[in-house]
Amino acid sequence: MTYPTTAANAVAETLPRRPRRGSPLSRLGASFAMFRNAKSITGLVILGFFVLLAVFGDLISPYGPLEKDFTALRQPPSAAHWLGTTHMGEDVLSQIIFGTRGVLIVGFAAGIIATLIAVVIGVTAGYISGWRSESLSALTNVFLVLPGLPLIIIVASQYENPSLLLVAGVLAITGWAWGGRVLRAQTMSLRNRDFVQAARANGEPLWRIITVEMLPNLTAVIASSFVGTVTAAVLGLTTLAFIGVIPITNLNWGTILFWAQQNGAFPDYWWWYIPAGLCIALLGMALALVNFGIDEYVNPRLRSAGERARALRKKGATISDSVTAVRAPKGDA
Amino acid sequence: MSTLEFRNVSKRYWVRGSGHLLALDDVSFTLASGQTIALVGQSGSGKSTIAKIITQLERQTSGDVLLDGTPIPRAGRGLRRYRQQVRMVFQDPFASLNPYHTIRHHIERPLRLDRVVPKFEVEDEVRRLLERVRLDPDELIDRRPHELSGGQRQRVAIARALASRPSLLIADEPVSMLDVSIRLGVLNLLADLQRESRLGVLYITHDLATARHFSDEIMVLHRGVVVERGPADRVILDPQHEYTRALRDASPDPDKHFGAAAGATTTGADS
Repeated sequence: MTYPTTAANAVAETLPRRPRRGSPLSRLGASFAMFRNAKSITGLVILGFFVLLAVFGDLISPYGPLEKDFTALRQPPSAAHWLGTTHMGEDVLSQIIFGTRGVLIVGFAAGIIATLIAVVIGVTAGYISGWRSESLSALTNVFLVLPGLPLIIIVASQYENPSLLLVAGVLAITGWAWGGRVLRAQTMSLRNRDFVQAARANGEPLWRIITVEMLPNLTAVIASSFVGTVTAAVLGLTTLAFIGVIPITNLNWGTILFWAQQNGAFPDYWWWYIPAGLCIALLGMALALVNFGIDEYVNPRLRSAGERARALRKKGATISDSVTAVRAPKGDA
Repeated sequence: MSTLEFRNVSKRYWVRGSGHLLALDDVSFTLASGQTIALVGQSGSGKSTIAKIITQLERQTSGDVLLDGTPIPRAGRGLRRYRQQVRMVFQDPFASLNPYHTIRHHIERPLRLDRVVPKFEVEDEVRRLLERVRLDPDELIDRRPHELSGGQRQRVAIARALASRPSLLIADEPVSMLDVSIRLGVLNLLADLQRESRLGVLYITHDLATARHFSDEIMVLHRGVVVERGPADRVILDPQHEYTRALRDASPDPDKHFGAAAGATTTGADS
């Protein structure tokens, strides 16, 4: 397997270099700083691996996903079929590779839609006050308690063949509320900070206060709510496929589990269901790692002592002088 | 020349459960450019409420705030013109600068908003302003607030407040969050700028010593009411109101040893 290293290189390439001051690049660098720690990078590397699988699936996979080989039914892993075959003689590895695409498309599309809704409603509810804020907050609470899966089952069953985007849309509508709540709380604490008051006193227009002064300070929260929604959407999609709500033509990891379940693969034909389960777990772990990395960036106290010491050494300080390492002020002579 | 006038201004806050809180009760005063007034009072006396109303971050419940005889409009171009004339330096330089933006951004925004200088001169003006507050533009202009010391940040905040070329400046406890060793530097800078641009300064503080050092007049606020106002020396040396006396006696006096009788006047030596 050469993919992980390729993915690692690809991700390392896109990571920002030490930015020069003032350039637009340094602004970009500042926005990506939250991904510049071991946990986030590990998560991004795994994520990058799956993205490559999804993009180049047609080239990589040894067989077509539905290509049947009736001479090899329910075969355990072998040189010809690395992850064995199904009851129809289909190659499990190829199905997994092709299934990645659907999972990622639905996951990211749902994440993007949900984050957009969460930002618009959450930040607005946090900035305004009074009954308007309260009613937006009530709306968020309604969506928070809305049972997602039953709703999706009802919506999906209305359609003969629901498209991936429709599934993503429904997952997003049921999944934005948590991010919306967190963003509302963060915005409420930001809006009373002096620098926002100073911008108001300077006569900055409202849209600039929100987009230029406040949103950049919310990036970490937004990113973490995005990652959280993607995780929820991936789990939601595979669950739906597994219980058979999403038709079998829509190939993804959940569908593999569905067929394995339908054909009595548990527990003897382990190669049929374990890889798909592992992929779901691995993708979930990658997203969780990215989220932990963001959390640590926002709250450095979450770092373990060893990591703190390493971070200090990188800056050229040791743990003992960290308390007194302050730049000598030049303007206060 | 500009004159800011508070005419019978009151401010009530609605407190859930316990009714109204009268933060300001019928406050009237005037502040003209070239003049420095210190506003003194303990926490909760309404000092910051006055600052919020002057900057119109909050609207008074009753009474009028007038600039050169005209009441401040609620919104629109009139309010913008008013805000261009009256600027504020916040108390906490660690909170009043946006951690995400560079020093350049902070000083550039008011320049662009009020079109103080043509676009191609903005960069030069930012540098000039940094030099006016005795900061090195080359070193600081592209840094972010967390890379600066408290005193440097407060100087940046002062430069931002001066960018729109206001005639009145509200300084809300501008040195209380700074290290004692650099307070005087920042205060002297404010005094110099005040003299250079003939600014009217409302210096909000609870420190009588700097109030006397820095301002022509002292106004004492107690529970939302102005209890005393007069020339700085007169208010400190010969306080008329009981509360002012209490406030003066509460501040430490370096000339007086702890053993000396409390309340004994030290005014003889000073006057």
